[in-house]
Amino acid sequence: MWKTLRQIYRTGVITEPPPAGDETLRVDNTLRIEEALQSRILEVLGRALCIRAIDAGSCNGCELEIHALNNPLYNIERLGIRFVASPRHADLLLITGPVAKNMEAAVRRTYDATPDPKLVVAVGDCGCTGGIFGESYASCGRVSNVIPVDVAVPGCPPTPRQILRGILTAISKGPTGAR
Amino acid sequence: MVSPEAWSRAAQGIADLGGRLLSLWASRAPAGEHIVHAAFISRGENVRVFSLPLPAAQASYPGIEHLYYSAARMQRAAADLSSVFAAEGDPRPWLRHAAWPADFHPLIDAAPPPPAAAAIDDYAFVPVQGDGVHEIPVGPVHAGIIEPGHFRFSVVGEKVLRLEERLGYVHKGIERRFTELTLLEGHRLAARVSGDSAAAYSWAYCQALESMAEAPVPPRAVWLRALALELERLANHLGDLGALGNDAGFALGLAQFSRLKEQLLRATTQALGQRYLMDLIVPGGTRVDLSSSAVQLLSETTQAIAVQVETLRAIYDEHAGLRDRFVGAGVIAPALAARLGLTGFAGRASGQDWDLRCDLPCEPYGELEPVKAGRQEGDVAARVAVRFDEALESVRLMQGILQRLPAGAHHAPIRTPREGAFALGTIEGWRGPVLVALEAGAGGTIRRCHPHDPSWQNWPVLEHAIIDNIVPDFPLINKSFNLSYSGHDL
Repeated sequence: MWKTLRQIYRTGVITEPPPAGDETLRVDNTLRIEEALQSRILEVLGRALCIRAIDAGSCNGCELEIHALNNPLYNIERLGIRFVASPRHADLLLITGPVAKNMEAAVRRTYDATPDPKLVVAVGDCGCTGGIFGESYASCGRVSNVIPVDVAVPGCPPTPRQILRGILTAISKGPTGAR
Repeated sequence: MVSPEAWSRAAQGIADLGGRLLSLWASRAPAGEHIVHAAFISRGENVRVFSLPLPAAQASYPGIEHLYYSAARMQRAAADLSSVFAAEGDPRPWLRHAAWPADFHPLIDAAPPPPAAAAIDDYAFVPVQGDGVHEIPVGPVHAGIIEPGHFRFSVVGEKVLRLEERLGYVHKGIERRFTELTLLEGHRLAARVSGDSAAAYSWAYCQALESMAEAPVPPRAVWLRALALELERLANHLGDLGALGNDAGFALGLAQFSRLKEQLLRATTQALGQRYLMDLIVPGGTRVDLSSSAVQLLSETTQAIAVQVETLRAIYDEHAGLRDRFVGAGVIAPALAARLGLTGFAGRASGQDWDLRCDLPCEPYGELEPVKAGRQEGDVAARVAVRFDEALESVRLMQGILQRLPAGAHHAPIRTPREGAFALGTIEGWRGPVLVALEAGAGGTIRRCHPHDPSWQNWPVLEHAIIDNIVPDFPLINKSFNLSYSGHDL
């Protein structure tokens, strides 16, 4: 116990400030959610956001960086954001990978199981464009080929700060004021 | 090339001497003939490949799953992708779910079928019957931030009678995609077969390519590759050691180890330009060189991490709650491990002392003389102990690499191999032996590339590790192996 307490004391608080949002990450699908609904999301979710992460076909690289968001340096929970175990508890889906055809039905079902209002952030080059895997007999390509996407974060894999920036962009108001 | 009799005889002979199956896959000769390949490793011998040509499409070949437990699923995958069938094998598809029809074989047929609506098929799980037996289906979308797969538990009360895995959900057509790339581009896809093993796969790919091109790689480049491989090993063990503490209810472990991992990844970025080394290892060498200040940074950072790992190891070892969860959970005894072919660090935690870095050392491992970790208990505690040992050994190896890094170029141009050239690359990744089998096509194209993950060997063993344990211990036992879905599903 003494060793544990000493280790905690010696480590101290190492959390860093979060990045600001970035409007260039926003995917233009303004037709999907009416503006009223969008502002309602911000009103309701504010700073208490529940995220369900779904690997739709990733190489696991993006998962490693999403994990890092929980480490003490990024410490995503202090922003009121946490990962939950069921889409039914989620406000935002964080989706990685090209959507493998074998995962397509599961991704659609998970999306449907997430209560409205909801947001979707596609993570990584594969989620944004299909990446190196592209579209094929086994891959649907980018996430927005399967479900609507609000924000897409490029990178292979994107860094935790880039992912965090994407999440914060999704829950922030856009330049028009309504989003 | 061997006859069916010689194929069976070779498989039997290697099994009798305690050899291991590294991988089984199929390809097609330009003339249209199907070929089944199996790569084996035996004590004191180089990796051997036996290739069995089959007379016509749909032809069957003698299966080897009675000799090598892990062969069963590899044979099913070869049937799905290449239309070659093991006689008397399990007829159920493995990587093919409902996304494409049974008569389409992605590595054989040119035109893919028209896209169908998303569907879910009805997979024939083996039923378990008896008083009070019920099934718990889990996945493909799991509760944590992990890759997708399906687990079907048959339980009585809290005890697991049987686990049957169903994988293939993240099959994204990697092997067919390889054939659309050139030989000099393939390393990029190889690095993304399993993102946590990017260095291992890209090195194995380049090793195969360079061996068929007969291109010597500058000494500095191979030492930098070993540095990348050990950085990858250390990063993965740090991540998993934290997650294992967390899965046993010790959140401090996750906080501390994830802090150390972040420290390592940031130093890696400063030194090599990436947190995860997806694009470092390229044909002919490495993409970037290591500056002398980066040598010092990595040396200091990894030493500081080793000191912290020692401290945390003492905390883990003395923590009654962790010991209670780790000891005796998910046991694979050495005899069972040998019979099932458990490989990699999980194998070493069950008395299977195989490690390519020691058994078949490629440069620079011959000079570095890595110390093989090993335990006999085969439980979660043993796998945790081996991970601690291997993390610390990686730091020791990296100190050696950074001190003795040869001067000179980090890259040399490589010429295109001739059509039909074939070679293997084998690298001991953090999880176990990674194999890449590469065959050159005309004009610098890839005719066939088969990447093999050690998870093919270890997934079926996980089904045994959970027997008689309780369902709530599954996440912990699963994490202690931390097998790859993407590397397996391809």
